[in-house]
Amino acid sequence: MEYFPFVVVAWILAVGLHGIVTSRDLIHTIICLVVVQSSTYVLLLGVGYVTGGVAPYFYDISARTKAVDPVVQALSLTDIVVEAAVTALLLSFAVQAHKRFGTLDPHKLVEFRG
Amino acid sequence: MSPRQRLVLFTVAMAGLAACFAWAVAGLPGFGNYPGPYGPVILHDAVGQTHATGVVSAVNFEYRGFDTVGEEFILFAAAAGLSVVLRRLRDERESRPVDNSNRLPVPDSVRVPALIFTGPTVLIGWWLASHAQTNPSGGFQGGIMLASALILIYLAGEFIAFRRLSPVALLDAVEAVGAGGFAVIGLIALAMGLPYLDNFVPLGTIPGAVSSGGTIPLISFFVGLEVAAAFVAIIGEFGEQTLLVRRS
Amino acid sequence: MPSLPVVLPLIAAAVLLAARPLARYRRVLDLVAAGTSAAVAVLLGILIFRTDHASTYWFAGFRPAHGIAVGIAFTVGPLNAGLACVGAILMTAAMVFSWRYFTGVGTYFHVLMLTFLAGLCGFCLTGDVFDLFVWFELMGVSAYALTAYRPEERGPIQGALNFAITNSVGAYLSLTGIALIYGRTGALNMAQIGAWVSRHPPSGLVVIAFVLVIAGLLVKSAIVPFHFWLADAHAVAPTPLCVLFSGVMVELGLYGIARMYWSVFGPGLGHRAAIGRVFLVLGVLTAVVGALYCFRERHVKRLLAFSTISHAGVFLAGFALLSPLGLAGAALYVAGHAFVKAALFLGAGIVLHRLRSVNETWLHGRGRKLPVTGALFTAAALGLADLPPFGTFLGKGWIDDAAGSPAVTIILLACTIVAAGSVLRVAGGVFYGLGDPPREDERMAAEANEETGETDSARQRTPLTMSVPLALLVAAGLATGIAAMVPRAGDALLSAAAQFQAQPQARPADVTVSSVVTGLVSAAGAVGVGLAGLYWRRIPVLRGRYEPGARGTGLADRFQSGVINDYITWVIAGLACLGGVLAAIIRLRGLAPGSRRPWHASDISCRRRSTTRRP
Repeated sequence: MEYFPFVVVAWILAVGLHGIVTSRDLIHTIICLVVVQSSTYVLLLGVGYVTGGVAPYFYDISARTKAVDPVVQALSLTDIVVEAAVTALLLSFAVQAHKRFGTLDPHKLVEFRG
Repeated sequence: MSPRQRLVLFTVAMAGLAACFAWAVAGLPGFGNYPGPYGPVILHDAVGQTHATGVVSAVNFEYRGFDTVGEEFILFAAAAGLSVVLRRLRDERESRPVDNSNRLPVPDSVRVPALIFTGPTVLIGWWLASHAQTNPSGGFQGGIMLASALILIYLAGEFIAFRRLSPVALLDAVEAVGAGGFAVIGLIALAMGLPYLDNFVPLGTIPGAVSSGGTIPLISFFVGLEVAAAFVAIIGEFGEQTLLVRRS
Repeated sequence: MPSLPVVLPLIAAAVLLAARPLARYRRVLDLVAAGTSAAVAVLLGILIFRTDHASTYWFAGFRPAHGIAVGIAFTVGPLNAGLACVGAILMTAAMVFSWRYFTGVGTYFHVLMLTFLAGLCGFCLTGDVFDLFVWFELMGVSAYALTAYRPEERGPIQGALNFAITNSVGAYLSLTGIALIYGRTGALNMAQIGAWVSRHPPSGLVVIAFVLVIAGLLVKSAIVPFHFWLADAHAVAPTPLCVLFSGVMVELGLYGIARMYWSVFGPGLGHRAAIGRVFLVLGVLTAVVGALYCFRERHVKRLLAFSTISHAGVFLAGFALLSPLGLAGAALYVAGHAFVKAALFLGAGIVLHRLRSVNETWLHGRGRKLPVTGALFTAAALGLADLPPFGTFLGKGWIDDAAGSPAVTIILLACTIVAAGSVLRVAGGVFYGLGDPPREDERMAAEANEETGETDSARQRTPLTMSVPLALLVAAGLATGIAAMVPRAGDALLSAAAQFQAQPQARPADVTVSSVVTGLVSAAGAVGVGLAGLYWRRIPVLRGRYEPGARGTGLADRFQSGVINDYITWVIAGLACLGGVLAAIIRLRGLAPGSRRPWHASDISCRRRSTTRRP
């Protein structure tokens, strides 16, 4: 079980990438991108976990209590905001893509090739 | 590539990448054995150094505050970019929503709870945004809650009210104050001859008190403004596209 | 002061957004944006000369204690400050150029350009791997939005989508690599990770973390097979933005790879020669692919984009030689290329502004009424072909010297000749009406005619705010070369490169006869290729065969398919191959103790201080 969380990470990453590669709908592609990024949350939180550690908040407990790594939690928070921003922007592209091309199939959203 | 060729190439490549990943993970110390030293040093020093009992906030707004500046501006840039991409184009016009009552057909079972919860949501958002230094809260969480309050109004079908409560010029100004204010706090430290983003405000005497943490609650407040305004702006733009903009 | 190049543009962006209701005073916006960019350029210029050796700036005053960094550091050296400075100069030129270029431009354009500049500076200066990711994303988000600046057309939407999705996947893979290395070393500071890695034998974790971390950077720097998005995005982005895309953004990716190798992973990985060869092969492959696509292109901006891919390959080859001379050559080449490529894009922008098209076929001979633009465009194209004394020739000469392999020299020379020759073909055909009028290709015409919405109605004369930046950029390209020929400047660049790699400087940098000759041969060859492209139908051997610029050769279209699913598949395949090759090197060759050099932890300057905070 020591490496199980990392198997989960690999699985989420692979599923997300598979979704992007086989996608026939842009919204689906974008959501799969979110899935790919979700794997990084699990990985970040996974590498910083300390067995038996509490959440790193010491409002009502001693500051010497064993706690998990606060750095990866801060990094995940940053990561989540990045994800929200990128997703919002991509969805706005999807709105315009549907207006211009009349479809959301990535195979047909091609103006330039070659 | 045909979808089939692509799937074959992907399967082979993904298997290779998975093997690489497995090889890398084998070098990790194993789940639950985080070796440090970054985290333990922070855990050891943070409460004493910053007087904040919320150590994640201390990392976000103090130790790695400069990351958070960048992150705020990512949101800021995304909201600005959304306004660019979804601006009304030459061949588009605004239409009033269906029937003239400024309301969408939303059942009362949705409308009433949405409107009831608006007030408490604002309160919780405000509380979260102002307690970063003490407990698991902070500008992001609070900002999102504040934005949700306005989004509840939108959900209640009151899109016009939603738009009137959050005109674009106001949102832009709040965003600018939120993201810019954070950057300016850092600049004040610089003007005082300290490194950028140094904590120049007195830390307070009791760790965990609302007034403790020096610049942490201040920054958290500005982050809350930025996050709330950015998300309201984003939802507003999408709402406008769905409800108002029609191609002429 | 090192924080200001990032903070100033951010605050300026916030102020401009707050003052949006006053947007009708357009000139104020332009002045603030251009002024901020210029101020940032000056600041960075001071930083280049003030820091003889890498100096470290700790944010919020958290200096490291006992070799453990708890804060974020900026590590400013001449090379990274110089790259950021080139970016700021190009940004200033782009802002001045856009003065009369757009009509419907609102505040958002300026705001996004400024956040892009801040991201660029932060990315260059930072000494922290996660901070690098943050500024990478800021730069990315601003660039995605700006690419889609004309959402009323189809091209920009396709370009922005492919750009954003490919780069995001790359960035998340980079973050995966950062998380992996953090999970083992417990550090985010580059020097601290580097110190850890060089103390331990190279493990699978380190190898794969390296491959994953550079994934996003490989995508950004458009290395084959991670390059497909670039042409789609560069062809459709607003011209002032193309200046930055081709001039510095691609090079930033390469800088990131070099930085990750030298400051973080390289000393611990060992096997320098083998790893260098892998990247050399990637670089040469990229140079060849870019040059071939460049030759068959008729859409001027897209053609310039493919030439950027080709040059990115040459830069990577320079970095991959892993010697101070190779790196110094690549750095000089990057600077020289940035100025001439920016000039070429501005030239294309003026053509688009005056003639309302970027279709080479349609434009044939129509550029005769733009003599000044034509002359400057041609000069810049010759600079792209390494004509002495443009900065490009000396940079290329140093790379050749460092490679010391005739095969590499000849292949890179051929790539430059073909890529720059294609640009010269455009110059000759469009501005001087040389050659046979090419046949109209329907699909090309349809693509290029979309490019009309960017500027207002065609003007009768070129505004000075457009031609002056163009002239200054060509002059800057020349000045780079002339300055680098001064022995002291060349030596300073070389010692900066040696310091970046933490290894001793081997020999003085000088202008060799062979580099001048190679430059002249390259320029002459490019002129030859350009003329051959123009008079293709009159050359007996070539007549009747393939025609340059004609599309429809199936294989090339099948790779550069425009479908995002394909691009992501290539990214994964490329990454798996790279990981496999590096794994094979480390596993099969075993640990070579002699190949690992001791780590110089000069970046962590205050290791012995007992406090983590100022008193």
